[in-house]
Amino acid sequence: MPLINSPAELEKLRKGILAERDPEKRVVSICAGAGCVASGANEVIAAFGEELEKKGLDAHVDAKGTGCPGFCEQGPIVVIYPEEICYLQVTPGDVAEIVTETIEGDKVVERLLYLDSATGERATLEPEIPFYKHQLRNVIGDNIKIDPKSIEDYLVVGGYSALAKALSFMTPEDVLNEVKAANLRGRGGGGFPAGQKWEGTRDAPEPTKYVIVNADEGDPGAFMDRAVLEGNPHSILEGLALGAFAVGANEGYIYVRQEYPLAVENVLLAIEKAREYGLLGENILGSGFDFKVIVHKGAGAFVCGESTALMTALEGRVGEPRPKYVRSNIKGLWQKPSVLNNVETWANVPLIINKGADWFTQIGTEGSKGTKIFSLVGKIVNTGLVEVPMGMTLREIIYTIGGGIPDGKEFKAVQTGGPSGGCIPEEMLDLEVGFDELTKAGSMMGSGGMIVMDEDTCMVDVARYFMDFLCDESCGKCVPCREGLRQMLKLLTNITEGRGKEGDLELLEELSEVAGEAALCALGKSAPNPFRSTLKYFRDEYEAHIKEQRCPALSCKELIAFYIAPDKCSACGNCFKKCPADAIVGGKKLIHIVDQEKCTKCGNCFEVCPSRFSAVTKISGVPVPPPVPEEERTITGKSKEK
Amino acid sequence: MSEIILQIDGKEVRAEEGMTILEAALGAGITIPTLCHHEKLEPFGSCRLCSVEVGTGDRAKLVVACVYPVEEKLVVRTGSEKIDRIRKVILELYLAHAPDASSLQELALEYGADKDRFEKEASFCIHCGLCVRYCNEVKKKNAVGFVDRGTRKEICFVPEIASRECWDCKECFPLCPTEALQAAYVLIEALKFPRTP
Repeated sequence: MPLINSPAELEKLRKGILAERDPEKRVVSICAGAGCVASGANEVIAAFGEELEKKGLDAHVDAKGTGCPGFCEQGPIVVIYPEEICYLQVTPGDVAEIVTETIEGDKVVERLLYLDSATGERATLEPEIPFYKHQLRNVIGDNIKIDPKSIEDYLVVGGYSALAKALSFMTPEDVLNEVKAANLRGRGGGGFPAGQKWEGTRDAPEPTKYVIVNADEGDPGAFMDRAVLEGNPHSILEGLALGAFAVGANEGYIYVRQEYPLAVENVLLAIEKAREYGLLGENILGSGFDFKVIVHKGAGAFVCGESTALMTALEGRVGEPRPKYVRSNIKGLWQKPSVLNNVETWANVPLIINKGADWFTQIGTEGSKGTKIFSLVGKIVNTGLVEVPMGMTLREIIYTIGGGIPDGKEFKAVQTGGPSGGCIPEEMLDLEVGFDELTKAGSMMGSGGMIVMDEDTCMVDVARYFMDFLCDESCGKCVPCREGLRQMLKLLTNITEGRGKEGDLELLEELSEVAGEAALCALGKSAPNPFRSTLKYFRDEYEAHIKEQRCPALSCKELIAFYIAPDKCSACGNCFKKCPADAIVGGKKLIHIVDQEKCTKCGNCFEVCPSRFSAVTKISGVPVPPPVPEEERTITGKSKEK
Repeated sequence: MSEIILQIDGKEVRAEEGMTILEAALGAGITIPTLCHHEKLEPFGSCRLCSVEVGTGDRAKLVVACVYPVEEKLVVRTGSEKIDRIRKVILELYLAHAPDASSLQELALEYGADKDRFEKEASFCIHCGLCVRYCNEVKKKNAVGFVDRGTRKEICFVPEIASRECWDCKECFPLCPTEALQAAYVLIEALKFPRTP
């Protein structure tokens, strides 16, 4: 591999790679992100390799595993270039047909195309799929074109041109000013302006400075950073190098969680390749700028996503937040000025340097510029990653892109911002998504998790779930967090189990104030948010649990009972067969009865009761009607199957 | 070191650059309650009992006096309805673990904290870290440390070091704000650990 000594040589190399690649040549991109791999993408990749070789097409067609394009619900995803034909849920068994029909015969395999369940229409090309059509994929758009293990693939899409531009035509101040003018705000949680943070580090008198990537993505249900790390690691390295150049750092760290093995592998490989080309290391592109990157694997503590805890962990100590009132951009890692930004923030930097702050600020709202990646999960038709311009409404994200709520259920709330965020109710679905807008609504942007909840979700139980998560993940240093959350969890558990009492909500509010005001770090301060926001918008659910021992969502096990409506039961026996606790009193042509003493509330009977009968119901807050007397149990006049 | 003049509870206080609010207040005879603070040790900021308000109006914020550095013209209030409310709850949370600790009872009386507000979970330890930090920072032995995290966090002596160092030291025992007996108990627990030959 040749060492590149100047921006001109980089362009020559890029042209060389492009010249070797025929734009008309078929490329089969198969998503090799964690989600698709879990649904068998590696087997599909292998099958393409074998099939193409068998047919002697391997010289004419490239089949490669790529980064994640986001439509995880429909994986494994295959996109065939140059047409951009998109096949969904591809199995190894489909590969021979795709090769024969599409690669050799220029025909599409209809059954593998996206099917719009509302219109019954199919979409052939990737950009035509509604899930993608309404997105603006500046950061993750290249994922499906890139084999993350190939630096050449990144160069083909213009990779490292921003770094070359900065090193040859810009001063560090220019780079800093561009990022400041772009008003790029941190994508990891707080939304602090990146340029302002960088400036503090740049102006700090201490000569040794560091740049750090926070890749300790730990919010339940969030995988935005994972997709960028796994799918386009060079974009992060390029952004980090630009940041280092701007602030005057020569060393960078990537703190990545160990639970992301593929991300660790791809990032390490990317660093090695970039070093071989001289895009990292000493005297990068002949500019005199030296920069090396070190990967640090986190040991699985959520709190290490907090900036000072992360730096403490990087120093080799227990990852606990620092109590100091000094900004880490002035005194951070090893007491040196350190810029810490999240993965997505860094990945935006090359775009800003290449296209300019004016381009970037055209996208988004007044206070929140650019795009944001969200992981759309929970009770949603199209689970996956979506990248949209800031200012898009929650309704557009959930319904237009996400396809709405499955199984005809009603939307109830969307939880944004992870455990530090909150739940937003239906009446606020037209809220424009932005840092300040979400905070005002009692939630936060956080790193971009979006958990959609339907009518079957109990909001008290949601608060209890996040509190349980935080009790486990608190570092345990300060009292308002460690002890306050312990008590909050007890109270919330009691409420969901029917042991809530008068005064519990006031006590929870009081503990929320103590944690919110007096906890040591941002994590502890924001820990009451899931409770506070659910109380704000769903107080009636709390009150139903406490005053009536009733769970309105029919979800809290201790507060519900399964009951078979005698007039609806047709003695089909499904529930009887599926009950693991022998709690159903059955019998041929006899109305079935749930023995409440034996019932473990697993819900199997409810699931298997045919919808044409809907005899099994959940009840809450009222006594279970007494069982039908034995002499009245015989079903007359109706057959087993209607 | 340049002199800094700040205001604590309406009183003009002289301090030196690099001092904390707590140090400045102590110098001026103003009391701020603490549990995890020790003059020989680095500020830890875990009990949050020394929370005070700095700044005025919309810019007022809660900080801990044991860590926050003094600034010229800084306005500090060591007590207010809100601060007292927070201190009371913190004490109540502690009292669930160590209801009979004399240092806690004195403060409980002052702030009207109810020792029975939260369900008892006797553990003695309130995680102030005085023993851990003293052993590390002053004695430099690291014979006692924290294990686990979150609500499962506890203090633990390292048997190999403790069996060698602790019998003739025990300087951490009197530091314990709950009961010195508990330190003895935790130490003996650790020493039950079978020693490697």
